Amino acid sequence: MAHSAQAPHTGSALSCADLLVALYWSVLRLDPNAPGEPDRDRLILSKGHASTAQYAALAERGFFPNAVLEEYARDGGRLAEHAGPHCVPGVEAATGSLGHGLAIGVGLALAAKLHRARYRVFVILSDGECYEGSVWEAALLASAQRLDNLVAIVDFNNWSAMDRTRPALDPLTEKWRSFGWSVQELDGHDFNQILAALNSAPFEPGRPSMMVAHTVKGKGVSFMEDNLEWHYRPPNHDDLARALREIGA
Amino acid sequence: MRNAFVRSLATAARADPRLVLLTGDLGYKIFDSFAAEFPGRFINVGVAEANLIGVSAGLALGGLRPFAYSIAPFATLRCLEQIRNDVCYHNLPVTIVGVGGGYSYGHNGPTHHALEDIAVMRVLPGITVVCPGDPLETELAVAAAAAYGKPVYLRLGRAGDPLVHSSPPHFRIGQAITLSDGRDCTLISTGGILPVAVAAAEQLKRAGISCRVVSMHTVKPLDDACLRKCSDETAALFTVEEHSGIGGFGSAIAEWSVANDHPAPRFSFAAEDCFASVSGSQDYLRARNRLTADHIAAAIAAKLQENAPC
Repeated sequence: MAHSAQAPHTGSALSCADLLVALYWSVLRLDPNAPGEPDRDRLILSKGHASTAQYAALAERGFFPNAVLEEYARDGGRLAEHAGPHCVPGVEAATGSLGHGLAIGVGLALAAKLHRARYRVFVILSDGECYEGSVWEAALLASAQRLDNLVAIVDFNNWSAMDRTRPALDPLTEKWRSFGWSVQELDGHDFNQILAALNSAPFEPGRPSMMVAHTVKGKGVSFMEDNLEWHYRPPNHDDLARALREIGA
Repeated sequence: MRNAFVRSLATAARADPRLVLLTGDLGYKIFDSFAAEFPGRFINVGVAEANLIGVSAGLALGGLRPFAYSIAPFATLRCLEQIRNDVCYHNLPVTIVGVGGGYSYGHNGPTHHALEDIAVMRVLPGITVVCPGDPLETELAVAAAAAYGKPVYLRLGRAGDPLVHSSPPHFRIGQAITLSDGRDCTLISTGGILPVAVAAAEQLKRAGISCRVVSMHTVKPLDDACLRKCSDETAALFTVEEHSGIGGFGSAIAEWSVANDHPAPRFSFAAEDCFASVSGSQDYLRARNRLTADHIAAAIAAKLQENAPC
């Protein structure tokens, strides 16, 4: 998609791809044939610039045909570089401006509590996003309201759009813990660790759960790994061929 | 208007279990009865307006009908992007309630004055902007917003606003209320300045000028039929609002005039483009901005005189 549309953010998408695979294939209670089912689990990709990873996962999971992916960043297409509201089945919220997804997730989790519904809410944040004050407003309320049906994940690849996020964000785990969340820190590319954590949520009853997932921007493609250039640069023909070879696609 | 809001909201909440009330830590004591009657449906999110709106959007995505309450500048400006992206872009049934329109919080100073909110709200796609003119209009506006199913900005005055209507008027969002007929001109008011507009028309009447008074509580969408009628039937339109003259109600009507090839209003009475430089009550600050019945009546009479045949 990024190659054919000559669009940015390939590194950001690869950073959270393993987390999305774990969620969409092994954790989320979802039926691609009934995407509006009221009791479905909700996933909000708050780092909306990684939309290609989510679009691809939803297509692969059967929410819509693969051909729809060709509409990505095309004139008249349904798939903008940042997902619009209900642009395709499976997208729960429009994101793109950072710092919005967690508050929306808190609202959804509160709605589930009020309705005594069983669905859970998952929100994926970027580490750069944690510079937004609104993230911490939502974090405070989530623990005050004891939202143990809410799981947030920070895709901690140690890059914001221009700089390293460490040490500025350190100690991130302690920050979330001090806001009343139950926190696990893990390798965001190790499926055993990811699934063990997600399947044990809520980590503590009465508290929202936070996974601080250490990741690598551009994971899986040697020349993209931990390289900020791939936040911006669209892959050319050769880049695409090399990348596909490396990930065995 | 604040008490009318609370009363009407409780009535709406009794009829619709989806209605929930959120506050950004404002409204001390006034929501006690609501919280007691509707456990779990009143949430104080704390002093966090961005979160107030984002969480309201999430609740609406989850099937609820949130009312999000704060003082008008805090409810609209701090969290503007949340209103734009989370509420309007998703077209969600969230009502943002801004109490303290215009100079309602006079002595609190410019941080608490709301003179830009109409301009900033009405530019957002998909939002409906409602500014009731008195407590009775407020009651009806709350009921209408609760049933509306789309984003609404409800701009209220404060506690103790005077009643203008003697009985509940017919109220529909987008449909202005004509309070008194007139042939020579029309004074169209939005929001809590309505009593001043009515008093100005009475002064004009004593001076032999027949001035129609309209409460155009809905600034977006404007009541096209009412504007056409007033424009066709009276010689001049005037507007009045307790808001900046830039981008607000008068601007909206001027835009309407251009788009519909009708004569623009002869004058828009509005607050000056400045922060209040001194402390003052609402009445004092209105007067400093020439938003009084005396000034408005005199200015309208003078404008109409300019038009008079020699």
